[in-house]
Amino acid sequence: MPVIEKNLKVKVLVLGDSGVGKSSFTQLLCHNQSSKTPGYTIGCTVEIKLHDFKQGTAEEKTYCVEIWDIGASKSHNTSRYIFYNNVNGIILAHDLTNLKSLQNLSKWLNDALSQDTTGGLSSIKVGSSASRNSGDDNSPLSIPVLMVGTKLDQFNAEKRQFIISRSKSYADEIGCKEIHLSTIESKYIAAGSGNAVELSRFFDQVVDHAIIRQATVSSVVQSPVVDRRGSFGERRRQNVTPVSRLFGMKRD
Amino acid sequence: MYYLVRNDPFPILSPQHGILSIEQIISRVGVIGVTVMALLSGFGAVNCPYTYSSYFLRHVTDADIHALERKLLQTNEMIISKKKRLAIAKRAAESQRGEEVTNGGGIWARFRPSTPLATTENVSQLQEDIRIHEELSRQLFLESVDLHATKDRIEYSKTFKGRYFNILGYFFSLYCMWKIFMCTINIVFNRVGKKDPVTKGFEILVHYMGFDVDVGFWSQHVSFILIGVMIVTSIRGLLITLTKFFYAISSSKSSNIIVMGLAQIMGMYFVSSVLLMRMNMPESYRKIITQILGDLQFQFYHRWFDVIFLVSALSSIGFLYLAHKQAPEKHTTKDLKLSSAFRE
Repeated sequence: MPVIEKNLKVKVLVLGDSGVGKSSFTQLLCHNQSSKTPGYTIGCTVEIKLHDFKQGTAEEKTYCVEIWDIGASKSHNTSRYIFYNNVNGIILAHDLTNLKSLQNLSKWLNDALSQDTTGGLSSIKVGSSASRNSGDDNSPLSIPVLMVGTKLDQFNAEKRQFIISRSKSYADEIGCKEIHLSTIESKYIAAGSGNAVELSRFFDQVVDHAIIRQATVSSVVQSPVVDRRGSFGERRRQNVTPVSRLFGMKRD
Repeated sequence: MYYLVRNDPFPILSPQHGILSIEQIISRVGVIGVTVMALLSGFGAVNCPYTYSSYFLRHVTDADIHALERKLLQTNEMIISKKKRLAIAKRAAESQRGEEVTNGGGIWARFRPSTPLATTENVSQLQEDIRIHEELSRQLFLESVDLHATKDRIEYSKTFKGRYFNILGYFFSLYCMWKIFMCTINIVFNRVGKKDPVTKGFEILVHYMGFDVDVGFWSQHVSFILIGVMIVTSIRGLLITLTKFFYAISSSKSSNIIVMGLAQIMGMYFVSSVLLMRMNMPESYRKIITQILGDLQFQFYHRWFDVIFLVSALSSIGFLYLAHKQAPEKHTTKDLKLSSAFRE
């Protein structure tokens, strides 16, 4: 059994409109079974997924990925920002039967990225998929994003093509990969399926991001950034300057 | 209330008219409508100054919000660490079971009941703890939503619009206290007012302050304007509340029923408001309404309205007082619960 790394904090957010299936998807991802009692999520629910990083290679390690399933009720808009710090990956969930949920995804993404001030660079709008795949200096620090379309079982085979092409344009705009599934059956992310490969690749990117960020942060500043996890606002922004100064140096 | 109902029987059945005549129908509808209106206006009369005036706003500082958020994140961290332990234990158990199947006993190992986890974790205890912490985190989140909303309201009240509503709130509270007072007097002294408030107000103005206005002329116009405003705002308020309600229960199948229900409610509301407006009109116009609506016993309606209004207003005062008192105390009790949860 590979070594389980417990100390690295890897955080992935699941964002999307109310009722698209984020909680069901999280359950499916972590426990491989669909939830029997769905209800609106209040606040946020965290589940742990044990992800085999670099599976099949010599460096294989198991990481505990925290999946934060954020409740999306409209009245909780002003208090959601506390969950958005220190994020290593974002999963955008939308309902394939509902076009509006697809259109709101960019709003969710910008919301989450504008709150995350630890990285400095991650507040820049994510670039195209080309820059993601190339290994230049900037891409390791931008947060990996994955789009998930749920409720695929509501469509028969002919309509599926149309629906999938519709969401592809949004995915290309944001510059991320996407998968489509139904959260009722676990066969959609069974080992070896295309979806499972995409998910595994996404989680690898997330763990990479977490490792790199921890390496850069710990080499610059010891305690202040870590302590600021609970607060938000002016105090926090002042502390970012030494970190962003380092990034400025790195870019040159 | 029981004695009141017994002594003043409902004017529903009367020997003069048949059951289906207009007067009877209006009187039956009127009873229900007046009850509902009295309940709503009793609650509204108390709730309106409570919401509008900033006197009741609890003071929320940024430090409060930060402290609450820190607590929430700490709770989440505890949940995460416990779930990590649980997930690792589960994986260890699965791999152990997998080894047993391949190594020992061959086929029979699968039928043997699984051996208990060879780990030091107590799974059920962990799951119970996780459940408690999740419940706590949800409550903390809801409280933080509440605090943010209150902070927004405080900021809103500092703007011009907010201050305007604040002054309105004070006026309304005066008006509501006056109404409650009048209702009490009406019930206690068992009389129905003869003069409407506007004319009375004007008379007081003329009497004590010596303003030289033509009471008859002005009182008629002002009272009409006031009645118009009251009808419009009350129907608007009713429709807004009803739309929220209908969003919740609407579906494609039941739209017909909903439209009919809405028509019924509007009709009932209108009839009862005409009944009650009679109180607010000058003397001469009352006769017109009496002619239109027929031979209804208006005294009864006014009395009934006063009683229900008083009951509703007093009970909503009681509720709001309890709710208001509970809110600032929530912080102290939460601290006790949290400290006991963290003591392990």
